[in-house]
Amino acid sequence: MQFITFLKKEFAHVLRDRKTLLILFGMPIAQILIFGFALTNEVKNAKIVVIDYAKDVASQKLVTKLEASQYFEIEKTVLGADQIDKSFKEGVIKLALVIPSNFGADLAHQNHAQIQVIADASDPNTANTLTNYISSIVVDYQQELSRSAGISFRIVPETRMLYNPQLLGVYNFVPGVMALVLMLVCVMMTAVSIVREKEMGTMEILLVSPFKPLMVVISKAIPYLLLSLINVAIILLLSVYVLDLPIHGSILLLFVESTLFIITCLTVGIFISVKTASQQVAMLISLMGMMLPTILFSGFMFPIENMPVALQVISNVVPAKWFYIIVKAIMIKGLGFSGIWKETLILSGMTVFLLIVSLRTFKIRLA
Amino acid sequence: MDTVIKTDKLTKRFGAFIAANEITLEVYKGEIFGFLGANGAGKTTAMRMLCGLSTPSSGNAIIAGFDVYKQTEKIKKNIGYMSQKFSLYDDLTVLENIYFFGGIYGLSDDQLKNKSSELIKRLGLENEATKLVSSLPLGWKQKLSFSVAVLHEPKIVFLDEPTGGVDPVTRRQFWDLIYEAADRGVTIFVTTHYMDEAEYCNRISIMVDGKVEALDSPSNLKSNFGVRSMDEVFYQLARGAKRGD
Repeated sequence: MQFITFLKKEFAHVLRDRKTLLILFGMPIAQILIFGFALTNEVKNAKIVVIDYAKDVASQKLVTKLEASQYFEIEKTVLGADQIDKSFKEGVIKLALVIPSNFGADLAHQNHAQIQVIADASDPNTANTLTNYISSIVVDYQQELSRSAGISFRIVPETRMLYNPQLLGVYNFVPGVMALVLMLVCVMMTAVSIVREKEMGTMEILLVSPFKPLMVVISKAIPYLLLSLINVAIILLLSVYVLDLPIHGSILLLFVESTLFIITCLTVGIFISVKTASQQVAMLISLMGMMLPTILFSGFMFPIENMPVALQVISNVVPAKWFYIIVKAIMIKGLGFSGIWKETLILSGMTVFLLIVSLRTFKIRLA
Repeated sequence: MDTVIKTDKLTKRFGAFIAANEITLEVYKGEIFGFLGANGAGKTTAMRMLCGLSTPSSGNAIIAGFDVYKQTEKIKKNIGYMSQKFSLYDDLTVLENIYFFGGIYGLSDDQLKNKSSELIKRLGLENEATKLVSSLPLGWKQKLSFSVAVLHEPKIVFLDEPTGGVDPVTRRQFWDLIYEAADRGVTIFVTTHYMDEAEYCNRISIMVDGKVEALDSPSNLKSNFGVRSMDEVFYQLARGAKRGD
């Protein structure tokens, strides 16, 4: 009964602050859309080079098909193998297609031939898109051949991603935005809303009342927990229906893991609120202390593998990193719980640790 | 007379610093008790102990019949509190504030309904009931704040400099509310820096450097010190203080 009274009041605070609410819901939508369309999958007139060692009918046909598509602008100049590397480094070309000299012969005698596709994967999104275009054109060509000859032909493109073989960076932003938004809502908003009560002097009144101090904090956190879950839903809906990024794994698992991360963030928020006395300080600490490490160390913007060892070690204590790995694993790789139990365990451990520390400092403050 | 606050050598130490030193006093039911002292004299520390917010280092105290060491939860149910900072929620309406504060003291829906309509009528806030508290003038806010603090009919209400920053007319009106509450049998424990307000109290104590140096009715204090105003009594005592802000 008392708890419900309290919750009602907390929801009134949150829902009445229209400006903040607008930011809280507008931000993830804007971020998803901006990131989504800035990282568009559509690539047109990309400069590629074709090195045709075969120069036979079959290879000519394939090149003509490539030319016919809107996607490529084929450099006619014949380059040596050493010049390919140079052109890539200069950024002149995005992709190179190498047709071996025995292409037509292999196709005619073994019904099976190979081509090599080399892409500049320093821009992983473009590289991925371009190689996909090549593959589909090749598949198209191979079906055409099979249809006219009545036998099945196979052309296997062997793909090489230069500079970034694992294509890190693709679709990274959705899990990244999720981590960022949850961090912002939970840590900053919770900290600020609790500190506001301290600043206003209402916290004293609440502490003198028979309402348990712990309950005060919990009921402050609940509206933000709900708000964050709604944000997760919005982000997922946008990524599926607007950005065509499918969710390969279980949505339920995704929400369970998100709730875990939200609780981690709320705990951090409560900890900050216990330690600070003014809203500005709480906001500053939340931004500098939590947002910055999240952006730097979650792997969302900068690949952790490329960092110096010391920074790699530091990145391990950032909760967002583990959440980011979990979300990517579920959404993009489609892994189940068995694939992410280790990360989940680490995140849970952090949450429990933070919870104990916050509750302790909270109690000390009261005494 | 019923004693509602009884302390015996109540002391609070922070390391070597003795914030409140062997405070012994009794406050009776329905009394308006002024708790005076210069800044840093230890008023707030003493009051926090009486409210069950802070555990004493030594000494004893019984508040509203309950022990400050073991029964803080029961104490909290039986006291009201209003601080110098304005203590309602600006972004809630008058009614919502009443419901909220009544609610956390465990009043039922029926009680809340009756009490809130009665309170709004008494304060003449019929037209403002569903408006946000931020739109009220400070004087009204303060009156509402006090009324909310006594809504659950506590035995004692603690007022920590309740009239800071309020004009004399509004202050006078505020004290009318305090007298009404005292007439209903609520004990008022009030801290203030205004000596005219000290005169309104039945009895006052004056704290200097953590100790209660004087405790009597305003008229007795004045005659004991051989002065004509409370200002002079306070000045004579506080002049010797070594602690300050």
